[in-house]
Order: sequence, then C-alpha cells, then structure tokens
Amino acid sequence: MTIDSRFLPRPDAGALLHMTLDGAPITARAGDTLAAAILAASGDASRHSTMGTPRTAYCMMGVCFDCLIEVDGQPNTQACMVAARDGMVLARQNGARGLRKLSSTPAQSNADG
Amino acid sequence: MVLRSSEITIIGGGIVGLSTALGLLQAGLRVTVLNGADGDFRASQGNFGLIWLQGKGADFAPYAAWTREAVARWPEFARALQELSGVDLALQQSGGFEFFTDPDEFTAFAQSLAQQQAHLGPRFSHEMIDGDTLRRLHPEIGPEVVGASFCPLDGHVNPLRLLTALQRAFVTLGGEIRTGAQVVEIAQAQGGGFDLRLKDGTHLGAPRAVLCAGLGSSTLAAQLGFATRVSPQRGELLITEKLGPRLGFLSSTIRQVDEGGLQIGGTKANVGPDDRETLSEINALARHAVTVLPALADVRVVRAWGALRVMTPDGYPVYARSPQHPGAYLVTCHSGVTLASLHASLLADWIEDSAAAPDLEAFDDHRFALSAAA
Amino acid sequence: MVDVDLIIIGAGPAGMAAAATSAQGGARVLMLDEQPQAGGQIYRNLGAETPPPAYLGASYAAGKPLLAGLRTAGITGEFNATVWRIDSDAGMPRVLWSRGGTSHAGQAPHVLLAGGAQERPTPFEGWTLPGVMPAGAAQILMKTAQLLPRDAVLAGSGPLLYLIAAQLIDAGAPPQALVETQTPAMMTRAMRHLPRVLLALPELAKGLALIRKITAAGIPRYTSAAGFHASMRTDGRLDFSFTAKGRAHTLCTPILLTHQGVIPSTHISRAAGIAHAWNPAQQAIAPVTDRWGGSDVEGLHIAGDGAGIGGAEAARAAGELAALDILRRLGRIDKNTRDRQAKAPRRALTRAMAIRPFLDAAYAPPPEILAPDGETIVCRCEEITAAEIRQSLEGGATGPRGVKTATRAGMGPCQGRMCDLTLRGILENCGAAPALPRARTPIKPVALGELAALAPHRKTKA
Ligand SMILES: Cc1cc2nc3c(=O)[nH]c(=O)nc-3n(C[C@H](O)[C@H](O)[C@H](O)COP(=O)(O)OP(=O)(O)OC[C@H]3O[C@@H](n4cnc5c(N)ncnc54)[C@H](O)[C@@H]3O)c2cc1C
Ligand SMILES: Cc1cc2nc3c(=O)[nH]c(=O)nc-3n(C[C@H](O)[C@H](O)[C@H](O)COP(=O)(O)OP(=O)(O)OC[C@H]3O[C@@H](n4cnc5c(N)ncnc54)[C@H](O)[C@@H]3O)c2cc1C
Ligand code: FES
Repeated sequence: MTIDSRFLPRPDAGALLHMTLDGAPITARAGDTLAAAILAASGDASRHSTMGTPRTAYCMMGVCFDCLIEVDGQPNTQACMVAARDGMVLARQNGARGLRKLSSTPAQSNADG
Repeated sequence: MVLRSSEITIIGGGIVGLSTALGLLQAGLRVTVLNGADGDFRASQGNFGLIWLQGKGADFAPYAAWTREAVARWPEFARALQELSGVDLALQQSGGFEFFTDPDEFTAFAQSLAQQQAHLGPRFSHEMIDGDTLRRLHPEIGPEVVGASFCPLDGHVNPLRLLTALQRAFVTLGGEIRTGAQVVEIAQAQGGGFDLRLKDGTHLGAPRAVLCAGLGSSTLAAQLGFATRVSPQRGELLITEKLGPRLGFLSSTIRQVDEGGLQIGGTKANVGPDDRETLSEINALARHAVTVLPALADVRVVRAWGALRVMTPDGYPVYARSPQHPGAYLVTCHSGVTLASLHASLLADWIEDSAAAPDLEAFDDHRFALSAAA
Repeated sequence: MVDVDLIIIGAGPAGMAAAATSAQGGARVLMLDEQPQAGGQIYRNLGAETPPPAYLGASYAAGKPLLAGLRTAGITGEFNATVWRIDSDAGMPRVLWSRGGTSHAGQAPHVLLAGGAQERPTPFEGWTLPGVMPAGAAQILMKTAQLLPRDAVLAGSGPLLYLIAAQLIDAGAPPQALVETQTPAMMTRAMRHLPRVLLALPELAKGLALIRKITAAGIPRYTSAAGFHASMRTDGRLDFSFTAKGRAHTLCTPILLTHQGVIPSTHISRAAGIAHAWNPAQQAIAPVTDRWGGSDVEGLHIAGDGAGIGGAEAARAAGELAALDILRRLGRIDKNTRDRQAKAPRRALTRAMAIRPFLDAAYAPPPEILAPDGETIVCRCEEITAAEIRQSLEGGATGPRGVKTATRAGMGPCQGRMCDLTLRGILENCGAAPALPRARTPIKPVALGELAALAPHRKTKA
C-alpha cells in the first residue's frame, strides 16, 4: 500500500534540502524534523515493528518512539527529534535494528545494516 | 479463617517459593502459596537468568555438586514446565564465557575452576582461553580482553517467563496462590500446625509451613528458631534496545535475551535495602560492555535497574527443618534460577523425607547457629 | 562541571519564566531543553526567524515576551540536550544530559524540573495505525513545519481539540468533523465548578469563541461519542467508526487526530525519587510539591505542567514562584522580598487555575480510554493488548510490577509513557490496588558508548 501524504502540500518556501529515503529522493524544508519531512512526503509506514506491524511518527515530541528510523546508518534514531540536513541517507526499519560491526557472529541475522 | 484443607503452606511466591511449591504439588500434596506485596523486593523479577555452573562451589564441594545436579536436571524440568504452563522459557544450555580484562583475576579464576574441577571430576569440564585464541573464535571481542573461561554446561533462560510459567503450572495443577498475603507472624498452633498472622489481621492455619520469603525471611525465620539471617546484596543491570542479529555466545555479564535486547550485569554492592540504580555502576557496566564488544558502542540502553540478591551469611543455600517446630522449614538461596530444577524435584523428597531424599545436611541452618555461638 | 546556581530542565513557559526571574535576581542559570529552541510545547518554534503563520493565533504569539526574557544576563541555554538522569553527588543535585552523542554531568545547588506535559495516550482498536496521531502532535507539525492535515477528523475531548480545530479553520484546512466524547452528564457535573470559573471569565470566553468558530464553519460535531475503532483501507485511508448518541457512524479520512487532554510528564521527577500521588480529578500521576514547587528531594523544585496540568499561564506563574523561592534559598533575597514579589504571580496562578476543575470535569477522559479491553493495544512498544493485561491480573499479578513481569507491558523504549496510565486504569477497573509505577534511568535511551565515556566515577581495572 502507498498513500500520498496525509498532509496538504506546502507552499513553496525557497531552498529545499535533499535527502534519500530507502534510496528514493525526498526533500525537506529548513527547520523540518526528519519526521516532518517523511510525513510530508508519504502517508505510509516509516517502520515495521518487531512484530511486523506498520508504524509511523506519532507524538512528535520524543516520547513514543514510534518514529524510529535509520539515519546515515544509525538505526533507531528518533526522527521527530532530529533536524533534516542536506544529503542525509534515511532508511525505514523492519523489525529490530541491526548491528553494523558484528558481522562475524554465526548469525541467523535479520540485520539490515 | 482456616485455609481450604491445604497440607503445606509456602510463604513467598518468588522463584524459590514457587518451584518448591510446584515440586510438593507434583509429589501429591495440597499446597498453598502466600505471596507478599507487589512492591516487595523481588529478586525473581530483577535477575540475570543464568543457569550457571562455572565457579559455583569451588570452595564448598556440596554446593558444586548440588549446582551440577541442578544444571543436569534443567532440560527435563524446562520441558515439563513448558508443557504444563504453555510458556516458552527460552532455555539455552550451550555453554558460557566469563571474560577477564585483568590478568591476575584471570589466573585466580583458573585456580578456582581447577578446584571446582577437582570436586566434580568428570561431571565438569572447562577451558581457559587466552585473549588471542578467543579473538580467533570471536573476532568481535575487544583487544583489552585478556582471556575467558568457558564451561560448556552453562546456560540461561528468560527469568520473567520462568516466574510466569511456575505460577501458571502451579495453578493449572490445582495449587492455590494468594497474593497480597504478607505473613507478619508465625507461631505454633495449639493442637498442631502453625498459625500465620497476615498484615491485614487475618489468621491462617497451616499444618506445615515452608519459609521461602526471600529478603522477607529473616524475621519469620527468627520466630521459628532458625539462626539464618539473609541480607540484601544489590546487583545492577542494563537492558538495551532489541537487536535483530544474535550474539554468537553467552557470558556471565553480557547475554542476549530471547526478545533481542542485551542484558549487561554483574555488579555487587552491600548497601542495605536500596535497589536504586547508580551512575557509577551504569558507567562501569557500559564500559565493560564496550570493552568486551566494541561494536556495542552505538547500542542504546533502554533502562538500568538494581535488584537485591538474597544472601545467606556464607552465600550458600539454606535448607533446614526447624528442630523446635517440627513441620516448619526454611528454604532460601542465591541463584534460585539455577537451582529451580532441584527445588521443584529433589527438594520435595527432602521435605517429605521420602526414600529419594537427598542429603542436605551441609546446607543446614545450624552452621550459622554454631558460628553465632563461637 | 558547570558553575551555576540553578539548572532548569525545560524551556517552556515555566522554565523560561523561572530563568528570567532567577537571573534578574542575580542567579547564574543553565537551561537545558531537548528541543532545538526555547518555547516548550505551546510556543514550539515561536523563536524561528520566519514569522509564525497567522492561523496559530494570538495565544501562540503571546509567548514572545517569555522568549525575550531569556536574553537576561546570566542565562546559558543548551538545546538539543536531553536530560536522562537526576541524582545527587556529594550532597548536591547532579543532572546528566545527552547532547549530540555525548553525555555531560552538571551540578548546582538547585534544579528546577520544568519538563511539561505529554498528551494522554488514547488507546482504542487501531490507534497504532499510520494516519492516527495525537492532535497536539499535528499541531506541532503546524508550528514547526507548516504542515496541515488533510481533511482530518478530530476525535476526543478537551479545550486543545477546539483550539486546534479553530487553527485549522483559520489555516484553510478545516477538519471534516469533530467527534467528541464528552456527554451532557459530564457537563452537568462540571457545572458544579462554575462559581470558581467566574474568576476565569476571559478563558471561558475564549473557549466559547473557539466553539462558535467551529460551528460557524459548518463543521459537523458528533457528541457523546464512544466505541472508537480505526482500520486501514487498501488505499491507505482510515475508516473511523464510532457511535454518537447511540448511532453508529463511519468516517473515512486520511488522518485521524485524537486528544484526551494532557498529563504531567513524570518520568524525570519519579526517577529523581520525588514523591508522587494520584490526582483523581486530573486522572494523572503528579509530583507532590509545596506552594513554591519545592519537592521532598533536597534541591529539586518542579514547576509548570510537569507538576500538574494548569496550562501556559499557570506554568509561567509557577515558574516565577519557584524561581523566587530558589533565590531565597540561595540567599539572594530574603523571605519578605520573596513573599512580596510572589504576590503577582500567585494571583495569576490562582486565576489561571480557577477554570481547571471545570475543564477537568467537563472533558474527563471516558472509561473506555482509561481502561480499554479486548484487542486494543495498550503498550505500543511491546504490542501488548488489554486482554493480555487483564489475563495477567487473573493469573495472579497484583500491581504494575506483576503485570509488567508477566506481559512486558512498559518495557519498551518509551518506558511506559504510552501505557503507564492505561495499565493503571485496567488495574483499577479489575479491582486491583494500582501502585505508582517506578521510573528508572536513563529516562530516555542512551548509547552504551556514551555511557561508557562518562568520566569514571570510580577506579576500575583495565
Ligand atoms: C541482580 C541479580 C541477578 C541475579 N542473577 C541470577 C542468575 O543469573 N542466575 C540465578 O540462578 N540466580 C540469579 N539471581 C538470584 C535469583 O534471582 C534469586 O535467587 C531468586 O530470585 C530468589 O527467589 P526468592 O523466591 O527466594 O526471592 P524473591 O524473588 O525475592 O521472592 C520473595 C517473595 O517472597 C514474598 N514475601 C516476602 N516476605 C513475605 C512475607 N512476610 N509473607 C509472604 N510473602 C513474602 C515477596 O513478596 C516475594 O514475592 C540474581 C539475583 C539478582 C538480584
Ligand atoms: C503536544 C502539546 C501541544 C500543546 N499545545 C498547546 C497549545 O497550543 N496551547 C496551550 O495553551 N497549551 C498547549 N499545550 C499544553 C502545554 O502543556 C502548556 O500550555 C504549557 O506549554 C506548559 O508549559 P511548561 O513550561 O510546563 O511545559 P512545556 O511547554 O511542555 O515545556 C517543557 C519543555 O521541557 C523540555 N523537556 C522535557 N523533558 C526534557 C528532558 N528530559 N530533557 C530536556 N528537556 C526536556 C521539552 O522539550 C519542552 O520544551 C500543549 C501540550 C502538548 C503536550
Ligand atoms: S514521534 Fe514519538 S518519539 Fe518521535
């Protein structure tokens, strides 16, 4: 399922910041949190929980932890608490986070990083 | 008010009380468990979940043997408990490490394990692995680790699910648990048995009583003439966010719970009845974790907590019958997770004094009476 | 180590007012906030360079003087700084915070907790679906990103719901409907408090004006609503079903904004060891304080919505009062001066609080939100349903700890912020004695490497 943003398109406000989300380009306005930029771009889930249920940013004030995404390789980042910057690489998470540098373990790993 | 025809009453509904109660119930007795308040200190709700042999009883052969037997009985105990309760215990017994960053401690521990090996003979095995060999096996282990011991018999469970499983199994088989039932006084009743006074003022009769009240045991133990006084020892733990990949090993200080989070623990402090988490120990545990596994540096700690171990004066279990008050027993120990498999089996034989009863003389309460007199 | 007299946690109206008052009194103040700017929840992003959109209205712009007050000499602000622990070391309060991946410790003889409120969790079946969001969260997006929800349904109750509806109307993005849980019976009960409300006539008038605006815009209002349920269509929109005055309705919307008032954020004060009590009128846990916001822990004051919900004006006044008391304790003013200077804020506080009993009663959360049942998820992190929690109570759990042990509810990264109160509601509903849940540190997740890098407090072996 994909749905356009659940928010109205915003009027132009000058320069945009350019990032990627799962490889696809996504823009933000200066001052946006990552959660705002993602919500402005799409109405889809920004994460699937460890039980596989779809979630996206919820409280917008850092208390619910539903907005967790991977930012420049750092998993479980609270998207509502981080300001968008040009060139950021964002990825939706599926299930529990990975461990980037622990690759040598005999893994039944579902790590995505 | 008199209890509904229960033959034996267990005071305390932690892991020790419930595993003992389950064993007695399975031995055919009618059993009631009285459990205290939600806010009591409860080691069973804050522990590390190890089923651990290495290092246990190096200085006390009976404890080494008892623990060895507990470990051996765990697979069957877990299988039966899971079947009864429908709760997955996440038991894993595929060996465990103890990591060292101090060469002197590594050497000292090697001596302890050699002693334990001498006590247990072929029933034990262990390896001392130097840092470089260790890193060849597990390259993710950090350079400051000078070595590790490994015992193939060590393992772990999900301790919270163990507690839930014990509760469910006990109730399923017809046992009765009374919650919020804090015993404040225990006395011999006229005409036999015991009279238990609860905090809310009610009285309960009990033909026989087993005291398994963890840190709540001391006052009641005194009323029954036991010499054992338990004291709290705080341990602090960290739990991290859930990880998808699995750690390739288990250790005494870092383990991955089946839900995915890492538990990091192992501190010890004698600070009385205070189970707060402290900054210095949070810091020390975090340093230990990233020293052993540098890749954990970006993993977040979700919560730290302290929990109080139930410690007898010498740290070994107490299994005792009251000489003055026949029918009263004291059962208390540290490592109640590890020993649960025995508490739910052999201990019932001992309480019933059946033919299969193990010799638990070495764990009697009189060892403290003697030392108190000396 | 920072050399200050006072550390203030939270730069909302309470924290900002306290900072200005204490700095004017000569105290050196360190102010910490996890947001990038001062303002708090009501004045989020008010300090931005671009002027705020007009639709946020006068009540939003009213925060400007508070922001200006932060320019008083003696105030240092650190933003993007998340406080994760308060304890004491060598008898002096100590604050631990994380900023940009590094943790810092600071000590001061006084610490003011001004961490504010969060929206009350509103569990119902479907509340975890993308597209369901607290109304205040949507308002944060309006304030910080000029994002306006498309054809929203506003559901729940409370004055903030009306404010946000009015702001959306002014922004040209009117909600398609308001679905309100308050009932005529609740309003009748609230009328009892009306005499006190007379003190707060301007507040009441503002509220009525909001409702008039909603009515004038022709927005349908469903009242006495219950039985919320949301499900997702294949096109991603939500079907929101409920009953209103006994009749079943389903509205289709891309975004469902729920609200049931706000509750004090108490993780920080509970973890600091401050005594708390249940406030039945506000259906919330709140710290126990004296008239100045002083707590039972040496050196710790609390002001603003974190001490009990009162709104921005009350928060500002309480911040000033706490600051005056701290100045007295620092020896910068005497008791008489404190009491004299306290008169104006004390009056303002009384005025601001006058409307509360009325609001608390008129917009009380409905029982089904306080103590849901069935498949409604209670703990969002661990995905534990109300049915599972009720089962654990039947299985012998007697309090929050027992339930937590049996179900894992409250063990996820939000640490119970989204389920503590619901758990309590279910305990109460099942006849169990609901103890106050304990909060442990770090109150927000902190990386192991960051914790390991804290200056060692004790020599340990290499
Ligand atoms: C930090 C830590 C880590 C640990 N790690 C491990 C480990 O890895 N492996 C291992 O094997 N062991 C471990 N342990 C030890 C293990 O947790 C304990 O041995 C075990 O939980 C003790 O269980 P208990 O039933 O005796 O006590 P508790 O769990 O404390 O239970 C006592 C019960 O008695 C009740 N009670 C108290 N007073 C009264 C009264 N007067 N009337 C009625 N009821 C009463 C209480 O409400 C409580 O439910 C650890 C302990 C701690 C603290
Ligand atoms: C989402 C939301 C929207 C609201 N909108 C309105 C509105 O439009 N109008 C209205 O009248 N009222 C609104 N309120 C009510 C609001 O609580 C009060 O009006 C007022 O903001 C309370 O002021 P305060 O100073 O007590 O706390 P707040 O304004 O909430 O300020 C608290 C500050 O503390 C910071 N903080 C909290 N915890 C930490 C920590 N651990 N470390 C560092 N910093 C921390 C926060 O980032 C925040 O900036 C809203 C509340 C919420 C939750
Ligand atoms: S949206 Fe709730 S923590 Fe980010």
